[in-house]
Amino acid sequence: MRGMDLEYFVRRIGMFFLVIFVAATINFFVPRLAPGNPIGAITSRMANASSGIENGKEMFDAYRTRFGLDQPLYIQYARYMWNTLHLDFGQSLAAYPADVSDIILPAIGWSMGLIGVSVLFTFGFGITIGALLAWKGTPGLVRAVLPITMIGGVLPYYLLGMLLLYIFAFTTKLLPISGAYDTGTPLAFNWQTTVGVFRHALLPALSIVLTSIGGFALTMRGLMVNTIGEDYMLLADAKGLPKRRILWWYAVRNAIPPQLTHLAIALGYVVSGAILVEIVFSYPGLGYQLWQSIVNSDYTVIQAITLVLAASVGLSVLVIDLIYPRLDPRVTYVGERSG
Amino acid sequence: MSTATLPQARPATFATALRDFSSPVVNFFRENRLFTAGVVLLLLLFLFGFIGTMFSIPKGSDMGAVPLNQAPSAKYPLGTDGLGRDMFSVMVIGIPATFKIGFLAGAVGVTIGAIIGLLTGYYRGPVDTFFSSFADVMLVIPALAVLITVSAYVRVVTVELMAVIVGLLAWPLSARVIRSQTLSLRERLFVQVARLSGENDFEIITRQILPNLTAYLAAAFVGAVSGGILAAVGLEVLGLGPQNVPTIGRTLFYAFKYTALFKGMWWWWGPPVVTLAIIFTGLFWISLSLDKYANPRLKGSSGG
Repeated sequence: MRGMDLEYFVRRIGMFFLVIFVAATINFFVPRLAPGNPIGAITSRMANASSGIENGKEMFDAYRTRFGLDQPLYIQYARYMWNTLHLDFGQSLAAYPADVSDIILPAIGWSMGLIGVSVLFTFGFGITIGALLAWKGTPGLVRAVLPITMIGGVLPYYLLGMLLLYIFAFTTKLLPISGAYDTGTPLAFNWQTTVGVFRHALLPALSIVLTSIGGFALTMRGLMVNTIGEDYMLLADAKGLPKRRILWWYAVRNAIPPQLTHLAIALGYVVSGAILVEIVFSYPGLGYQLWQSIVNSDYTVIQAITLVLAASVGLSVLVIDLIYPRLDPRVTYVGERSG
Repeated sequence: MSTATLPQARPATFATALRDFSSPVVNFFRENRLFTAGVVLLLLLFLFGFIGTMFSIPKGSDMGAVPLNQAPSAKYPLGTDGLGRDMFSVMVIGIPATFKIGFLAGAVGVTIGAIIGLLTGYYRGPVDTFFSSFADVMLVIPALAVLITVSAYVRVVTVELMAVIVGLLAWPLSARVIRSQTLSLRERLFVQVARLSGENDFEIITRQILPNLTAYLAAAFVGAVSGGILAAVGLEVLGLGPQNVPTIGRTLFYAFKYTALFKGMWWWWGPPVVTLAIIFTGLFWISLSLDKYANPRLKGSSGG
C-alpha cells in the first residue's frame, strides 16, 4: 500500500490484537482479583438455586467442573483466551442455556448504527464549524452564532439525553420515549419501519452529536489556524483563486487528516457516552444490554460486551490508521521506527 | 554615614510582601477572564455545598427523613424526592463529594501520567516503547467499559475508592502529552547546558524540564478532573457508585429508577443536572483558557 511498508502494517495489526489481549486479560482477572470472589458466589448460588437440597456439595462441584473453575488459574486463563479467540463467550448466567453471542448480536447492530451515524454527523458538523470559526472571511453574524452549537458540549451525553427526552418525548410527545423501533408492527424493509427506526434513533443520536461537536470544532479550529499560516495558502491567495475554493480545497482539505487522529482518540469517549445514552433511551444496543446484565449480575454477558466494545473501537482506530496515509500524502510510515 | 544614600530595602510589611507575591497571580487572573470566570463558578458551587450544610435539615439526606414527593416550598427549598429525602440536603452533601471525586481522580491520573510521561520521554528506549504502546492500548479501550466491569465486581463503597479507580484509568492521556513535550524539551539547549554543568538526570527532569511543562500539566489536570467527574457520575447513574453517600449521580439513578421524569418531578432531576452543567461549564472555560498556554499558535486566531 502507498505510504506504508509491511513492517508498519504488521505492527499496526499487532497493536489491534494487543488491544484485544489487554481487554480480555482485564476481563479475566478483574472478577478473580475482586474481593469476595464473585465467581464462587455465582456458582454456589446457582448450585443452591438448582438443588438447595441433598447432594448440594456434588452439585457445586459439578458446576465448578462445568465452568472449569476447579482447574489452576493459568489453565482457566489459557482456556478463556482460547475461547475468546474463537468468539465463544459461553452461556448467559441470567438466561442460563442461552448463548451469550445470541444475546449480544442484535445489540451490536443497533449500537453500530446509532454510533456510526452519530460519529459521521459529529465529524461533518465539527469540521465545518471549526473551519468557519478559524476562517477570516466568515461573516461576523455566522461567527457569532456558531459557538452556540458548542453549548451542548458542557453537558455529559446522558444529561443532554435526559433533557431532550423530557422536552421532545415526555412534554411535547413529538418523538417516542424508548426503544429502537415501533413495537406492534413487524420489522420489515418498508417505509413505515424505516420512519419508525429513524424517529427512535433521532434523540439518542442528537444527544451524542450535540455534546461532541464542540470538541471536534475546537480541534479543527486549532488545525485550521496552523494550516492558514502555511505558505501555500498565501500562494493560493496570490494566484487569485476564489476565497471559497481556498477555504474548502486548500485549508479544510489539509486540516482534515490530522482531525482523523482526534477522531481515533475520541472514539473511545463517544462509545463510553453512547453506553449511557442508550440506557437513558432504553435503546436496545450494547450499552443498554450491559446495564441489564449488571442488574441481573450476568457476568458472562458483561465480559463479552466490554470485550466487543474494546474490539470495535480498536478495529475502527486500526481502519483510520490504515487509510490515513492514503488521505494525507505528507504522512508516510515507510521505514519508520518506533517512537 | 547616612543610610539614606543606600538603596534602602523597603520595609517588608505583610502588605508589600503580599503584593509582590500576588501581583503575577493577580495579573494572571486579570488577563484570563475566562479562567477567572471558570474558577469563580466552581468556587461558588463549592461554597454552596459548604455553607449549605449549616442550613440543611439534619440527616435530611437519609431515606424517609421527610415526607415523600413534596414540591419545593419554604420548608424544603428544593423539594423532597420519592424516597423521602430532602433534595437540598442531598445536593449539599453530593456537590462536595463530586468535587472530591473529580480532584482526587484528576490528581491520581495526572501524577501517574506525569511520572510515566517524564521518565519515558526522557529515557526513551524499550521501557518507553512498552509504556507508550500500553498507553495507546488503554486509550483505545473505552474507559467506561472497564470501569463498569470493575465496579460490577468490586461493589464500590466509598467516595475515595471510586476516585482512585477512576484516576487509575485516567493516566494515559496525560502521559502521552507530557511524554511528547519531554521528548522535544530534552533536546533543547538549556537542558544540554544543565547536563554539561553536571546536573544529574533527576535534577534535569525536576528543575529543567518539569517547570516548562506547567501549562501542559495544568491542562492535563483540568482534563483529568473533567473526565474523572464525567466517568464517576456516569457510573453513579448506572447505580455502580458509592453506596454510603448521596452523590449527584446516585440521585439521578434514583430519579431514573422511580421515573421522576415522567411524574413531572422536575425538582428531583433538575438540581443534579444544573449542578453538573455548572461544573462542566466551569471546567470547560478553564481548559479553554489554558489551551492558549499549552498551544501558543491559537493565540492569533480571533473568534470562539
